[in-house]
Amino acid sequence: MSRAFARILVCLAFCAPAAAQDVKKEIERYRQMVNDGSPAELFELEGEALWKKPQGPKQVSLEKCDLGLGPGVLKGAYAALPRYFKDADRVMDLETRLLHCMVNLQGRSREEATKRVFGNADRPSEMESLSAYVAAQSRGMKMAPGESHPKEKAAYELGKALYFQRAGSWDFACTSCHGEEGRRIRLQELPVLLNPANARSVAASWPAYRISTSGFVTMQWRMNNCYQQMRMPEPAFGSDATVALIQFITVTGKGEVYRGPGNKR
Amino acid sequence: MAGPMKIRATLAGGNTEVRVLMTHPMTTAQSGQPLHFIQNVSVKLNGKALIEAEVSQAVSRNPVFSFRLKGGAKGDTIEVAWLDNKGESNKIETAVA
Repeated sequence: MSRAFARILVCLAFCAPAAAQDVKKEIERYRQMVNDGSPAELFELEGEALWKKPQGPKQVSLEKCDLGLGPGVLKGAYAALPRYFKDADRVMDLETRLLHCMVNLQGRSREEATKRVFGNADRPSEMESLSAYVAAQSRGMKMAPGESHPKEKAAYELGKALYFQRAGSWDFACTSCHGEEGRRIRLQELPVLLNPANARSVAASWPAYRISTSGFVTMQWRMNNCYQQMRMPEPAFGSDATVALIQFITVTGKGEVYRGPGNKR
Repeated sequence: MAGPMKIRATLAGGNTEVRVLMTHPMTTAQSGQPLHFIQNVSVKLNGKALIEAEVSQAVSRNPVFSFRLKGGAKGDTIEVAWLDNKGESNKIETAVA
């Protein structure tokens, strides 16, 4: 074996991880550059207008919506979600709770309010802008989802089980992509969400502006889209399954200071 | 109607750092849709024209601009306005903090 060839072999064994480190660093540098001045802030402004806009048969705004800390309390509300709500007798994440308020406060039908929950760059959805606005009011606060009520515990356990549940025509589970450290698709890392360090950065940055599509994406969308990518039946918006997965991820990532709404690739 | 804008102007080391966000589709010829993009961005300091910039289709949707102005003082008014190829416009102003 020639010496040069031997050197290449050595390099294959050791240089590759170093290169991977560099790529990771560069991705991190890029993220920092785009973080200051995120168009997510524009969605927050839209969301604020929607929060205050009278809508539905009752022509009332969402300003009296109880997100867990009392009617109309926004400060810190997102950081304490998902949580159990007595009036609905179930665990709800932000979007499920917003939907609850649209139905119960504004008198809208569930069908009408969920007709278009995921938007696009040309026409963002009401839910997306509202999520941006509400989440932004928890910036700088520690993520502390509910985990004392039996239903909150049950949601966590269900979410964890679903994370491993293989199903569908491809027999995929969340773990098929998010089960091994260091995996990524193009520039996008695939965090193993069983690892609190990974879950913490997820909890701290969602919902987020997505640079590649110029749209705003929410956690319900993320769950919905992952199920679509796994070729599974589409989960219902705000279903027990998607809420449970969000509960599982948020509880695993609890304690992190909320920095969002962030930027995604 | 034009979507919201957001602006921030802060003094840093004798300079004024301005950051402004604009809501705009910035549709290019490639999209197959009618061209729709911001053509001019103008910046005024206390009502006096400071920058007249030409912007091309190469700028992303929902653009962010940030730049530094020499000098400036707390309370100075910075106004940023844009005008697109359809004649739509929007502007926002803030006081330097």
